[in-house]
Amino acid sequence: MMFFLAITFLYGVLFFATPTLVSAAFQDFLKTFLSILPILAFVFFIMFLNNVFVKPEAIGKHLGHDSGLRGWLYTLLASMVISGPPYVLFPLLGELKDHGMKYSLITVFLNNRNVQLTFLPVMAYYFGWGFSLIFAFYVVIFAIFSGIVMEKLVKMS
Amino acid sequence: MQDIRSSLRKTFQSIQASLPILMGVLLVLSILNPLFKEYYPKIFTGNYLVDPLIGTIAGSFSFGIPIASYVVGGELLKEGVSLLVVTAFIFSWTTVGIPMIFLESAHLGKRFAFMRNALNFFLAILIAMLTTITLRIF
Repeated sequence: MMFFLAITFLYGVLFFATPTLVSAAFQDFLKTFLSILPILAFVFFIMFLNNVFVKPEAIGKHLGHDSGLRGWLYTLLASMVISGPPYVLFPLLGELKDHGMKYSLITVFLNNRNVQLTFLPVMAYYFGWGFSLIFAFYVVIFAIFSGIVMEKLVKMS
Repeated sequence: MQDIRSSLRKTFQSIQASLPILMGVLLVLSILNPLFKEYYPKIFTGNYLVDPLIGTIAGSFSFGIPIASYVVGGELLKEGVSLLVVTAFIFSWTTVGIPMIFLESAHLGKRFAFMRNALNFFLAILIAMLTTITLRIF
């Protein structure tokens, strides 16, 4: 809440210096916020269903500390099909973390978001299939690498 | 019934925690994005070391769904910005989020958020180099 109040205050101060920029920025904010409301509602609904049906033991089994190779595979696949901006995904991942999802898998999910099956044709349209496939390959490899590194770093600290 | 009631309460608490941060982050993005977008083509000059670093920094301050970064990246390519820069930019757009760090910290922990973003910052430059080199080979 403090962060939101600070930014609102900053907008108020900046408005006196550059009213045009701040008005345009605020209109852009409203437009973006309204456009993501349906996604947000959907995500909050999924979170509710997650709270009702997904038991901590199940998460522990598939994505938790004993999930093994299957957990990594599930996470990679999930990150390829679940799209959405990070500010929508963080609350969801926070919930899953509370239910036992490993930091390594959270990292894999967040870092592999560049490989979205639905968006791949758009990437190919702009950069070509060769680039898209090579880029996707490195993103997957380094998502796994960062997952391993992050798990170790979090444990060390 | 008990399950549904407690799940509703839990979900409402999550909404209460994330919505103000989300709105704050969107306000920051709305004021930063137009400033950055305007200067992207002027910032990149063709330097092989500095350009990908700037691409990563620019991408780190922008965020959203990956498809948006492809569109911006594609436009940058048309403006003459190198593929090396654009690759670093689209990777960091999705994986490094400086304006998002408060939100990430709130949900996943401060230490995790800072370490993940720092790691991805360097990986953006590395992946951009590897991708463009591999593309040249094939």
